[in-house]
Amino acid sequence: MEEVKLFGHPASPFSCRVEIALKLKGVHYDFIAEDPSNKSPQLLQYNPVHKKIPVLLHNGKPIAESLVILEYIDEVWKTNPILPQNPHEKAKARFWANYVEEKCLPALFKTFWSVGEQYDKDKAEAGEVLKFLEDELQGKKFFGGDSIGLVDIVANFMAFWFRTIQEALGLDVLTKDNFPKLWEWAENYVNCSDINQFLPPKDKLIAIFPPPYMGQHLVAFFQSRLAAAAAAK
Amino acid sequence: MNPVHKKIPVLIHNGKPVCESLIIVQYIDEVWHDKNPLLPSDPYQRAQARFWADFVDKKVYDCGRRIWATKGEEKEAAKKEFIGIMKKLEGELGNKPYFGGEDFGYVDVALIPFYCWFHAYENFGNFKTETECPKLVEWAKRCMQRESVSKSLADPHKVYEFIVSLKKKLGNE
Repeated sequence: MEEVKLFGHPASPFSCRVEIALKLKGVHYDFIAEDPSNKSPQLLQYNPVHKKIPVLLHNGKPIAESLVILEYIDEVWKTNPILPQNPHEKAKARFWANYVEEKCLPALFKTFWSVGEQYDKDKAEAGEVLKFLEDELQGKKFFGGDSIGLVDIVANFMAFWFRTIQEALGLDVLTKDNFPKLWEWAENYVNCSDINQFLPPKDKLIAIFPPPYMGQHLVAFFQSRLAAAAAAK
Repeated sequence: MNPVHKKIPVLIHNGKPVCESLIIVQYIDEVWHDKNPLLPSDPYQRAQARFWADFVDKKVYDCGRRIWATKGEEKEAAKKEFIGIMKKLEGELGNKPYFGGEDFGYVDVALIPFYCWFHAYENFGNFKTETECPKLVEWAKRCMQRESVSKSLADPHKVYEFIVSLKKKLGNE
């Protein structure tokens, strides 16, 4: 009998990635919700290096870092592969997953915190980054082709988290007009039943963003931007 | 061949490009899988190897760079952080000859290229890795006995000269 546990957070895109993969593979698991301001001794024991969620515990053995966990899940549970078999295609998938994680996430995230000219600059930079993804999606429903693959799973924050906060702040970084393929991809993505069951309610996401460990000044700044956006509507 | 990042390394195999060094290493390991496998066959051991290679990738270059590119308090902080990173890696190595166990493996490949930069970091940061992490330096010297490593790494003195000239170019002396 296999024992699979996931230390995560219901509103974290990183822990959501792991849940999507486990669901796609039909793996039963126990979800242990961690409080980032009060991490459990087990989490610290299982991930002493980074002390973060998600951590997958499989038959008592821990695996940390969401991209590492996704590759592990794909190797252990063979149903619905999330990576291609062909080595070159696999390398391409890893490349884009890495691109989404290392380039897109920071570039998009930056746009939440700037105003005026700096916002225009950050929005333009994010646009340059997104352009490559828009091109990569040509002729495909998902980055993985007809079905969801590694890149789609890793890009979850773009499809849901980013667009939800963008809307609340009245920003226009990733829109239907400027990135039609990406927008269509995101709409298909969040409507997938294998995915949307793991997405937190929008108002809950906005209420807890940003997490306090990012600093009270950011929390206050965000609140003021939310209020300004609401007043402008 | 690499329109996205416009960087090296890029491997071109039968006309098809593969980019990003650790992705290339995994590709090489998969295509030429019969000889000297770099990743273990057990999925859990593979995950551990990927975790530590990712740790090296995220931490070593950036922290090392801050040692030579900054001054004063920032440099001191970078040096302390670097030593901390090396100590963590030394802990993971334990008593094994290589990170891969008995055999030279994926994490060894990820980390050993930075060894030829240690001389530069040590000069700019005024410390000795050997004093702080003797077992790690022992590991590095063991790797350097392998022809595949010694023929691939640059001369540490040349690396130091390169950084000195880079700093001049950046107006950063």
